[in-house]
Amino acid sequence: MVYLDDRYDRIPSGCSVFGVINVNRVRFDWRPAVTGIASMHERSNGLGGGFAVYGLYPEYKETMCLHIMYDDKASREETEDYLRDMCRIIYEGKLPVRRTVSIFNGPEIKRYFVEPIHDILVSSEEEYFRCLTMEINRSINGAFVLSCGKDMGIFKGVGYPEDIAEYFRLDEYKGYIWTAHGRFPTNTPGWWGGAHPFGILDVSVVHNGELSSYGANRKFLRGYGYKCVLQTDTEVIAYLYDLLVKKHRLPEEIAMKVMSPPLWDEIERMDEQERVLYTSLRVIYARAALNGPFSVIIATTKGMAVLCDRLKLRPMVTAKDGEYFIASSEESAIAASGFSTANCYMPRGGEPVFVPLNEEYVEESVAV
Amino acid sequence: MIVFGGKFMENRADNYNNIKKVNGERYIACGLKTGRITVEGIVGNDCAAFMDGAVMEIYGNAQDGLGNTMNNGYVIVHGHAGDIVGYSMRGGNIFIRDYAGYRIGIHMKEYKDRIPCIVIGETVGEFLGEYMAGGVIAVLNKNSKEDPAGDHIAPGMHGGVIYIKGKVAEYKLSPQIKTEVLNDYDISILNNLIYKYEEQFHLSLSRNYNEYIKIVPKNSRPYGKFFI
Repeated sequence: MVYLDDRYDRIPSGCSVFGVINVNRVRFDWRPAVTGIASMHERSNGLGGGFAVYGLYPEYKETMCLHIMYDDKASREETEDYLRDMCRIIYEGKLPVRRTVSIFNGPEIKRYFVEPIHDILVSSEEEYFRCLTMEINRSINGAFVLSCGKDMGIFKGVGYPEDIAEYFRLDEYKGYIWTAHGRFPTNTPGWWGGAHPFGILDVSVVHNGELSSYGANRKFLRGYGYKCVLQTDTEVIAYLYDLLVKKHRLPEEIAMKVMSPPLWDEIERMDEQERVLYTSLRVIYARAALNGPFSVIIATTKGMAVLCDRLKLRPMVTAKDGEYFIASSEESAIAASGFSTANCYMPRGGEPVFVPLNEEYVEESVAV
Repeated sequence: MIVFGGKFMENRADNYNNIKKVNGERYIACGLKTGRITVEGIVGNDCAAFMDGAVMEIYGNAQDGLGNTMNNGYVIVHGHAGDIVGYSMRGGNIFIRDYAGYRIGIHMKEYKDRIPCIVIGETVGEFLGEYMAGGVIAVLNKNSKEDPAGDHIAPGMHGGVIYIKGKVAEYKLSPQIKTEVLNDYDISILNNLIYKYEEQFHLSLSRNYNEYIKIVPKNSRPYGKFFI
């Protein structure tokens, strides 16, 4: 992959994260997410922006959707040959983009709706596509899977997030969860694939901060078949959440407590039952704990999760406004996106906040 | 009384600014030396940073880094504030009506009569007064919450004083600090702060000083023998 262009080289500096969810699954348009993230323009430096949208393809919501980015024709042909071997492609086409003043030379990004070929389906469909994503990212030079999930999609690239939204024509989509990220790369290069959100299946992560535990987490994940090849620390959060919640079937709050565990002296002060639980979690998942400053918003088709590191070295503000729940790096972004900050709350360090989606599905969409 | 000069509260009509519809704009009143500025809305990060003598009144909430390295003047917040209020503050006063976030008054310092002061009406997060080297922090806890301050109070504190209303669990206190009973001098300072707080926000608070604890460092050089 070509990511070490001089232009995208390291520029030292915070990131901005923003997420909004309608708990009743009412699909809404791009405006809250884009105005929210755009109001935090100064937090990013134009080297990465992206959006994850859930409830994106209601007409294909039971079909796996892949967004794949290609550097060149050769990588596209190689990937498509591989995909045809592995899946039945129901639909394929270019992801529609709009060339803008600031973004005009993006890579080719294609969208595929696929079904597994059931004869070679060894375990679950999820495991099948998990492996497929990893395999494309790892072995095909120049191809990168932006997202691979049902009823969701990730749009990201190099640029300010509001420009990325314009480029990917997000005004034409609707969704019930929107997460957004403006990047200020610190330790890893700013390239199209390195922008946030990162996703594995329907889990997507936007992250502000850095993980000093990346090495340990990466080794832990390797034991479960996750291959970290994207040159960035954030991908481990997506893989860990996927592993803990989907494979190990931990409740979301417990999974977050694994990633941002209570300190030992806090555990000592807990009552017997909790002490046993958290001691076990820290021992079993010692290398799944995330260290360093971070605040993340994790979105899945089950809901939206908000997590900060234990010492709260990165900002996070949440607010509830009717059936909407909003999380943001800055309170002003919540106000800018048109929501009330009357019920605003700053989660404590390590405090897991999970906002589940309600089951019922309301078809009509409303503008915010 | 050393905490309040009283001089800065004068309304200087010749240099009066009112900014409305603020939402996330940063560095407002940064380095401002004179005058009075009124802001309506949510101010952005590092508001009143390096402020040096002006009076700033915020009708709304403040985000992170309010009064960063502030040198002199007044900041009055009619709402809550985010993390790291008064980071490395070396003079002036910050009044916050409601709660504030993590790391309030980290590395505050004082020199002779330049004594910075932060007053918070409700509660604060963890790491209150971390590495504090001087100045005054008062957590008034006006709603008498059970948990007025988060864990890890004043790690590395070696100067200044913190007043907190309400009970603070023993484990929250860092090894470098000790609690004391308020003496008459403390009460006069605290009374003055509460008076100013009431005046600013048109509230009235209880004056039961028995509910307050005073936090001071054990030693002016907590890490003096650390590297021997």
